[in-house]
Amino acid sequence: MKALTTEEIRAVIARGKLRDNLFKALGIFCLSFALLVIVALIADMVIKGSERFTLDFFLNFASRRATQAGILSAWVGSLLVMFVTALAAVPLGVAAGLYLEEYAKRNWITTVIEINITNLAAVPSIVYGLLALGIFVYQFGFGQSILSAGLTLALLILPIIIVSTREAIRAIPAMIREGSMAVGATRWQTCRYHIVPYAMPGILTGVIIGLARAIGETAPIITIGALTFIAFLPPAPFAGEPAAGLFDWVMAPFTVMPIQIFNWTSRPDPAFEVNAAAAGFVLMAMVLSMNAVAIYLRYKMRKNIKW
Amino acid sequence: MQSQETPTLKAEARNLNFFYGQMQALKKINMPVYDKKVTALIGPSGCGKSTYLRSFNRMHDLYPGNRYEGEIRNTNLLAADVDPIEVRMRVGMVFQKPNPFPKSIFENVAYGLRVRGENNRRVLDDKVERALRDAAIWEEVKDRLPEQAPNLSGGQQQRLCIARALATDPELLLFDEPTSALDPIATAAIEELIHDLKKRVTILIVTHNMQQAARVSDYTAYMFLGEMIEFGKTDEIFIKPKDKRTEDYITGRMG
Repeated sequence: MKALTTEEIRAVIARGKLRDNLFKALGIFCLSFALLVIVALIADMVIKGSERFTLDFFLNFASRRATQAGILSAWVGSLLVMFVTALAAVPLGVAAGLYLEEYAKRNWITTVIEINITNLAAVPSIVYGLLALGIFVYQFGFGQSILSAGLTLALLILPIIIVSTREAIRAIPAMIREGSMAVGATRWQTCRYHIVPYAMPGILTGVIIGLARAIGETAPIITIGALTFIAFLPPAPFAGEPAAGLFDWVMAPFTVMPIQIFNWTSRPDPAFEVNAAAAGFVLMAMVLSMNAVAIYLRYKMRKNIKW
Repeated sequence: MQSQETPTLKAEARNLNFFYGQMQALKKINMPVYDKKVTALIGPSGCGKSTYLRSFNRMHDLYPGNRYEGEIRNTNLLAADVDPIEVRMRVGMVFQKPNPFPKSIFENVAYGLRVRGENNRRVLDDKVERALRDAAIWEEVKDRLPEQAPNLSGGQQQRLCIARALATDPELLLFDEPTSALDPIATAAIEELIHDLKKRVTILIVTHNMQQAARVSDYTAYMFLGEMIEFGKTDEIFIKPKDKRTEDYITGRMG
């Protein structure tokens, strides 16, 4: 075979480079499309809702007059529900993930469990709502309370926490585990002194991503019966007459941000659309700041963990 | 086999077989381990020397599908009724690649003591210092004990890992190619250390480096394809090996 001439080689390279550039352009187009949509959404909410960004908006309860309606009960409700969710989902999810990675024998039962945990993450959230309506609201008699909502969302994000815990644990090299076992440590000592602390950045990231998903969930919360119009806050511990107990607030009726937004968008009066846009932006800001915290924590904790 | 004084026996492999699932990695190994001597395990890659070494502290028990037959006697290391953790409490190990924990230098050495329930700060301070001195790294790290161990150099990390193993006064110390990831200067430091350590502790060392085996060990075992081909005093193995295969390996005709 005859060697290619310089012209031929250049032609081949030019053809290849053309494709390079074509794909580059396509990639930039796709990326900017996705980014534009997000930026447009946020900008739209900011512009529409701009006249509601006052302190009153955060400190007022819902109202029939759009200009006086605020999101106090909604953001307090969201925070309290998230608190219950985290308290329930984190210990359960981390313990389950730790067990599966460090203790469980590898056999067909654990394989089935693993597949199903992955599947659970894909179950539509409304199905969790239905399940929770039957179990938490009626069977356990928790009612339409913060507790029910928190536990429902905990179920929803449990698979996320389990999966991220397992991935974080799997990233720890085997030689660290062997180093610990070689001095005579038990599995539990190895987990307590090494596995859990070293997996913590990954676990925390998973927890916050899970919570960020939970805070925006609407369907399961509607299913278990969050109120859409609520003009009081859950009882603060030891406040009121007679004094409320430390945990009385968990049984209180509540609303959350997405429900408040949903409620406002379904009103005929267009003035409420301004409220919805403003509340939507606040919810967005909550989610984004949670993600920012996750990124910061991961960065800070990983600095000291290297092998 | 031995001409002069017979050393005391520390442990002894008797008909030791080992299986990774269906694959037999060790075949009927018989070998004495003499007290306060260094025994080197040599042989080509995949001959089972690391597998054999890791039988001494039951490291294989961490993974499913591994199976032993036979025993390592005297210290009852493989007896079915001995908990592997009990075995590891008495047998220290230093790995091929330095594996300090991502914790402080102090905590790395104190870990074995903490595992044994020691929380008295004075005791920990004393024992950590002694272990670091024994591992010949005290002078280098005494002012930086709270620093993160992975920031040390590779050779320092490996000596730190030796200190970690020494802190709990093991009877038997296992070295799995401890210098294969180190430069020649760090390697020399570790070899010197092994030479000092054998006054107090019995040492088994796997090495790919024949000069290293000749330098540090009193006894040498040549393994091939999961079998113990030859065991004897290091001088005899290197000067006049009895088995043709040992001679081929040592003279570089194979492996």
